[in-house]
Amino acid sequence: MTDSESKVIQKPELPKSPNIKLHENSLSRTMIIAVFASLVVLTIYTLTHLDTAGVQINTAFRQLGTTLNQMFLQPNAGTDGVPLLLQALASSVILSILTTIIGAVFGFLFAVLASKNLTNAYLGATIRIIMAMVRAIPTIIWALIFSIVCGLGATAAILGLSFHSVAYLTKAYSESIEGIDESTIESLKVTGAKFWVVVFQAIWPTIVASFVSWTFIRLEINFANAIAVGAAAGAGGIGYQLFVASGMSFDFHETGFIVYLVVLVTFVLEFIAVKIRRFYLSR
Amino acid sequence: MLEVKNLQKSYEKDKPALTDISFNVQPGTFVAIIGPSGAGKTTILRSLNQLIKDDDGQILLDGNDIRTANKTQLRKYRRQIGMVFQNYNLVERLTVIENVLHGRLGYKSTLAGVFGRYTQEEKEEAMSLLKKVGLENFALQRCSELSGGQKQRVGIARSLIQHPKVILCDEPIASLDPASAQNVMELLKSLTEEYNLICVANLHQINMAKTYADQIIGIRKGHLVFDEKADMLSEDILRTLYDQDITKELE
Amino acid sequence: MQSPVKYLSHKGWHQTAIIAIIGGMYVFGSWILGFNNVDGLLAIPKAFSWLGINFKPTANSVTYLPRIWQKLMQTVLLAISSTVVAATVSIFVALLGSKVTGINGFVQTIVRGIASFFRNIPLVAWSMILLFSFKQSDFTGFLALLLMSIGYLIRAFMEIIEDEASETMLALKATGASYFQVIFQAVLPQILPSILSWILYMIENNVRDATLVGILTGTGIGFIFDIYYKSFRFDAAGMTVLAIIIVVIGLETISNQIRKVIL
Repeated sequence: MTDSESKVIQKPELPKSPNIKLHENSLSRTMIIAVFASLVVLTIYTLTHLDTAGVQINTAFRQLGTTLNQMFLQPNAGTDGVPLLLQALASSVILSILTTIIGAVFGFLFAVLASKNLTNAYLGATIRIIMAMVRAIPTIIWALIFSIVCGLGATAAILGLSFHSVAYLTKAYSESIEGIDESTIESLKVTGAKFWVVVFQAIWPTIVASFVSWTFIRLEINFANAIAVGAAAGAGGIGYQLFVASGMSFDFHETGFIVYLVVLVTFVLEFIAVKIRRFYLSR
Repeated sequence: MLEVKNLQKSYEKDKPALTDISFNVQPGTFVAIIGPSGAGKTTILRSLNQLIKDDDGQILLDGNDIRTANKTQLRKYRRQIGMVFQNYNLVERLTVIENVLHGRLGYKSTLAGVFGRYTQEEKEEAMSLLKKVGLENFALQRCSELSGGQKQRVGIARSLIQHPKVILCDEPIASLDPASAQNVMELLKSLTEEYNLICVANLHQINMAKTYADQIIGIRKGHLVFDEKADMLSEDILRTLYDQDITKELE
Repeated sequence: MQSPVKYLSHKGWHQTAIIAIIGGMYVFGSWILGFNNVDGLLAIPKAFSWLGINFKPTANSVTYLPRIWQKLMQTVLLAISSTVVAATVSIFVALLGSKVTGINGFVQTIVRGIASFFRNIPLVAWSMILLFSFKQSDFTGFLALLLMSIGYLIRAFMEIIEDEASETMLALKATGASYFQVIFQAVLPQILPSILSWILYMIENNVRDATLVGILTGTGIGFIFDIYYKSFRFDAAGMTVLAIIIVVIGLETISNQIRKVIL
């Protein structure tokens, strides 16, 4: 039956034309190809020049297999015991919630002041540059810097995590604010409403859904960072226990147990985030 | 000829979306399927090329049942059935002519298709079809730069290059402004006659259906309630179809 | 039906309640962790004046620059290569696992589960167990970043495919094109810019994460910062931080320019 198709459409009679091009070389096309090509070249260069410290890759992978087996198939609470680990886990969760709250409050204030459609250009630009610099410094380095001044512990961890959170959320929120339709803002401005009234009556309700999304994304990042800071800066919490178990006592059964705890918490956080996001989007 | 016999479909148990739908369409006919939202128009249209698998019935294209086809056969049937979408469904980043040529993929070997190798003949045909839909100067434009009406004409060219017997149009003008909508409808109508096609379109606009269609099929709650020549469509029938007086909309 | 007045007062209550809950969590959290807010606030200016004095580059600190620069470039290369390898793996897995292009429901669930698990295992855990087997080497850092990135990119790529490619996928399926033709002619061209945008983002992110991995596994820029920091050579540590800022902001600027052209 496919043979009959030539009867359906008569082949158009065209003078033989030169090759028909399918696309022109546009800038974006060239750019994509160039970026991919250079990334691949850099990767190949790096991988062929990688320093493996003379480790036998085969034996190392076999050993990794043993370790993973101990971790994931035979987890146990080790010498620290479940109560201690749960307590450490709770303090890491609280740390991440606390720093996310700080980040959300200050992040929103700075975002309002930094958004191009709300404030004067100089203030906005200044805030954006400062935030970009704060963001460029990894959380762990912030925590280490603060731990010199305040000593190792919760305060340094909180300040370190908060700094990065504020900078991250400022950028995220201000992008949402800048996406607001100009007319929403104007319609309140023409009523003679004051700046912060416009912010809380027009801008806040418009971005609340994306505000909630970003805040929960940051909460998940902060939880991961709380663990990292605990491990690398000795700031306590489940991260420190993880570091001790995996790097000092080499108890991979306990490491596995801790990893399962952490994964469980992130699943719960993700679940709550999905529920709350859906609630705000449906309104 | 396209024959649909006793088509059944339910998405949930005991909640039939389509009940016992039967109709015939002759080549060279423009059919409009009308009815309220949620009546089952899209389900009918998409089961005609099996994008939706119906539960029971027969769909005969020139006497061959496409419902019982296996995967390879189904691909062969599908390339004889062009489809035009409400949201155009083009690859926005590719050029107009590349999108038109996508209609040839069903005829190519997997490898030639994967690498996008087209013959000179196919390219020339694509150009002549673009001329036919009035877009010959846009061949190398990216589709994202076109207006809605232009995108829909690219979609039509893409379905024509398949050398179809049937063209299915899923709300082809629902996203277009009135002028472009008229344009697209006129194009579809003239192509139907020129190529002796079977053109089946879901339409929301009853006046458009009355103006352009040869045959109208009315669907209400999954039942076929009307299947006649377009000029047989009366206000009485519209009232039963839509449960309300919508004749005002017609004026 | 609610009356409008009732609705507004209900909404007012609702907001007050949320603020109270969040405030309560904050106070409770501070108390549990023993975080003194006043001390914390005072520590900020103190920290910055300390930074100003101690991290200030001296004439001597310029001599550290070549070494810092070399380690930093090494870190950037590690971030790039781990992201590219991760992206290569992830795109195949994402095609298998997405709702649009996936094989079947079972495979989709498995892929989602694996991606989610990989993403949520702390970077610290990956670093430490890899360090145990692969010792202090760049390869350890590479693997840790790779495993982390795979989890993130699979999820991101699946979302991109589901958001951007479902309509064109349908259109090409309707023309009778085969699975691989649809993937190469419709799905990949459509999603390529978004994919690249995510790869660039992941590279930026991996440069930052590489610092952490470096501190734990003794590689790259993290290692060198840790050494300076622990041996109280703060002017060199300051130089390192400055170099990180410059490189990260530089990468971000380049990525944004690339994005502007391709999207």
